[in-house]
Amino acid sequence: MDRPIFRTEALSKVYDTGDVRVHALAGVDLKLFAGELAVLLGPSGSGKSTLVNILGGLDRASSGKVWFKDIDLTALPERGLTRYRRDHVGFVFQFYNLVPSLSARENVQLVTDVARDPMDPAEALGLVGLSDRLDHFPAEMSGGEQQRVAIARAIAKRPEVLLCDEPTGALDSRTGVQVLEVLKDINERFGTTIVVITHNAAIRQMAHRIVRFQDGRIVSVETNETRLAPHDIDW
Amino acid sequence: MQALDIKLLRDFRRLWAQALAIALVLGCGVAIFLTSFGMYNALEDTRAAYYERNRFADVFAETRRAPATLEAEIAAIPGVASVETRVVGSVILDIPGRTQTAVGRVISLPNGGLPQLNIPLLRAGRLPGPDATDEVAVNEPFARANGFVPGDSFEANLNGQKRRLTITGTMLSPEFIYTIGPGQMMPDNAAFGILWMPERAAAAAFDMTGAFNSVALSLTRDAQTAEVIDRLDDLLDRYGGFGAYGQETQLSNSFIDAEIMQLKTLAMVLPPVFFGISAFLVNMVLARIIALERSEIGLLKAVGYSDAEVCQHYLMLAGLVAIAGIVLGFGAGSWLAHALARLYADFFDFPYLIFRVSYDAYAISAAIALAAAGLGAGRSALAAARLSPAIAMQPPAPPRYSRSLFDRALGALRLSQPAMMVFRSILRWPVRAGLTTLGLALAVAVMVAATFTDDALDEILDVAFSQSNRQDTMLLFTEDMPVSVLEDIRRLPGVLVVEGQLYLAAELRHGHLTKQVAIEARPPESDLSRVIDGAGRVVAPPPGTILLADRLAAQLDAQPGDLIEVEFLGARRETFLLPVAGHVTQYFGLGAYMDFDTVNALFRQAPRVTTANLLIDEEHEDALHARLKEMPGLAGTIMLTESRRSFEDTIAENVVIMTTIYATIAILITVGVAYNGARVQLSERARELASLRILGFSRGEVSAILMGETLVLALAAQPLGWVLGWAIAWSMTGGFTSDLYAIPLVLKPATFAQASLVVLAACVVAVLVVRRRLDNLDLVAVMKTRE
Repeated sequence: MDRPIFRTEALSKVYDTGDVRVHALAGVDLKLFAGELAVLLGPSGSGKSTLVNILGGLDRASSGKVWFKDIDLTALPERGLTRYRRDHVGFVFQFYNLVPSLSARENVQLVTDVARDPMDPAEALGLVGLSDRLDHFPAEMSGGEQQRVAIARAIAKRPEVLLCDEPTGALDSRTGVQVLEVLKDINERFGTTIVVITHNAAIRQMAHRIVRFQDGRIVSVETNETRLAPHDIDW
Repeated sequence: MQALDIKLLRDFRRLWAQALAIALVLGCGVAIFLTSFGMYNALEDTRAAYYERNRFADVFAETRRAPATLEAEIAAIPGVASVETRVVGSVILDIPGRTQTAVGRVISLPNGGLPQLNIPLLRAGRLPGPDATDEVAVNEPFARANGFVPGDSFEANLNGQKRRLTITGTMLSPEFIYTIGPGQMMPDNAAFGILWMPERAAAAAFDMTGAFNSVALSLTRDAQTAEVIDRLDDLLDRYGGFGAYGQETQLSNSFIDAEIMQLKTLAMVLPPVFFGISAFLVNMVLARIIALERSEIGLLKAVGYSDAEVCQHYLMLAGLVAIAGIVLGFGAGSWLAHALARLYADFFDFPYLIFRVSYDAYAISAAIALAAAGLGAGRSALAAARLSPAIAMQPPAPPRYSRSLFDRALGALRLSQPAMMVFRSILRWPVRAGLTTLGLALAVAVMVAATFTDDALDEILDVAFSQSNRQDTMLLFTEDMPVSVLEDIRRLPGVLVVEGQLYLAAELRHGHLTKQVAIEARPPESDLSRVIDGAGRVVAPPPGTILLADRLAAQLDAQPGDLIEVEFLGARRETFLLPVAGHVTQYFGLGAYMDFDTVNALFRQAPRVTTANLLIDEEHEDALHARLKEMPGLAGTIMLTESRRSFEDTIAENVVIMTTIYATIAILITVGVAYNGARVQLSERARELASLRILGFSRGEVSAILMGETLVLALAAQPLGWVLGWAIAWSMTGGFTSDLYAIPLVLKPATFAQASLVVLAACVVAVLVVRRRLDNLDLVAVMKTRE
């Protein structure tokens, strides 16, 4: 677990909204390692989501560098970033972002259609325990189920990295635990690097490492010596 | 199937009502384009094929009497490929079972069979025997209209001699695709027929043995038509030539030309309106869908779909709408083209129907429809493609409202808050509000422009019949007669009033411009037939001058006071220089008018007439016609009462059909624009409107905000629609004007009112349908939805 999968150097992001310049990231140096489960903690606006967006190739840095393995993401053109997202990264969002007009299987298929070496959508949904809900539409599923579909969609392409932005933010604690169990399982079974953004400090107990953010900077990085299983976490 | 394609199809199914509303407008464009452009091509191709196969002549000329030996000289004119001389004449027919006279045009057939030019096509029976004196072949429509089959017979007054003619066969000729008799306003096949008679018999009947009075030429490929016409005129001059003319002036051909031009105008004016509106609607709906699917777009990009794939996804949605429109348009267009082909079959006598809309027309209309949808979708689809995934995942910033001059103005009006919301929203999206207004205005305009022809024809009928030509019947003499002939006619049964009139063939020249016309001259006291100008005044040409119809004056570029050269054709080949007295607005033909006494003085003759105008007592009509059938020296009779009636019937029928079609079109446009506009607004403002309901506003008050905006725009669209309708009508009058007739730009207040009522009613219905959705809004669910 000592091979860095992500490496950032003096990463900054400035949002220029006319009158105001907001420093969302103000010089972040960070390494994330293959196979680790990292939790990013910090208040709203501290820069967690901005960092994850840049790591995932959704957004570009204003200055500084970021590498995915040996690829310099900051140097990639738009087409290269699309390719990178398609081949290497899976996303899980707070509000699931499922396409309402597609069934669970079809939502996963959306990714397997364009991925290089995908799983069968049914297999991916089986991994998250939804084998019996393949043909249900988002409106017919609970929030936890929808989030698990989103995770299945993210892992179906066998990504090296799974970036999760508040994956349990919209869920109650019981379904939240189910979702975290799935993430832990994926991490252990496939060695997928998982980055989880959360407000919920309790979730740090399942991480290998915890990165704390404040005002666009990293304030601390700590290693968790005694990891807990999600069902043992006290919410 | 790819998941993205599944999403596409499901989205399309979910949006079916909006898609259908757009597809119907687009379909209208496709259908009208297909019908007008397709039929325009079909008519032109059919005519070209017919002309080529049956060797329609390039140049025609009539003369009083030319010796047969002249044929060799004509053939020697450089550029002439072949010459066909013949004898033509006009006869009064007495058809069994028909009280009124009918008119026949006799055309000689060369000995031994068919001519080399204008070859008639034998449809039934056989040609008349070369030596027969009482056999004719008749044009098929005449036989059909009178119930004749080969072997039947009728009587004809051939130059004063009554003869019974037996029909040996029926034929069609490229010279008579549009068969219109003298003075008729539209074909009346029962009252006018073509009689093909062996040359020997025709020559004997019209005293043309060893002579001819009509000639047709075909030209070589490199021939200069104008030069050949000049040379032919020179040759025929001595023999009373009436002036040679080219194919484009041949009567039947120029009616088809006028029809083709109308179709072309229709193809150019109307379809762009529909395609434009469709593009706008696609743009409006797609922009909203993309706003709603913002986070889905972000997701697609996050999972690795490229900008191009996202753009293509939304373009394909517009493509599906276009395909629906194309399918509807193909269906309606094929049906309309078929209906039009049937209508043409009633008016145009083609031996075969190539009235099939070509695959090209289908392909072009589909391509234009796809392009219109693509154009409408392009901006939004590109915006979707350009949306950065990180930004797309966040909710959009709320629309920026700020205080402006308008707000102060609105504030000063002390409007209620809901009214304020309506006006602010219009000001917030001025382009969309402007285009919605324009769309609704075009619906009004289409109706105004369509109904205008109805008003225009009313005006034409009023001027032509109630004011200009008030006689019941016109008698045409074979040659001009002394005015004393009017006394004989006055004594015929049932004749109440008789007035004489002169029609003289002439060529007018002004500078390098020339035009062949019939100059009319009537005694000053004439009351039945009068010249009426655009303002409804009776005009009399001052002695020693010539008065020109405005379209004729324009073609000759002749201003009042200009001197023009008038060369009389036929028997009196004399040329005079006359000043133009003025212009007069005329809807039919290219009229030129002279003072009666001036004409007689120029020819140094006692007053003569070529036509008698009669007012008759209907009770004695039968007796009158019985006498006319026996009367020598009569070339034809024109029943104006009858022509007026059939013209009015045909027009009344067409007006009902056209008004129905265009009202449907206007309704489709209105529904397309109003329904989609209201749906998009409902979607944008669902939260806002639900909040108002929660705050205690009633359903009525909330829906007033939703309906208010569309209805305010619809009202604003009315005056604009009237102006646009006027402009379209104006451009159509230009496109419909030919040498044969002009359409006046007449728009009555009722036309505007009718168009506005139809559009406003359709608009209210469309918005009420959307209101039902608003009534059923689940307040809690709406407030929970994340925008």
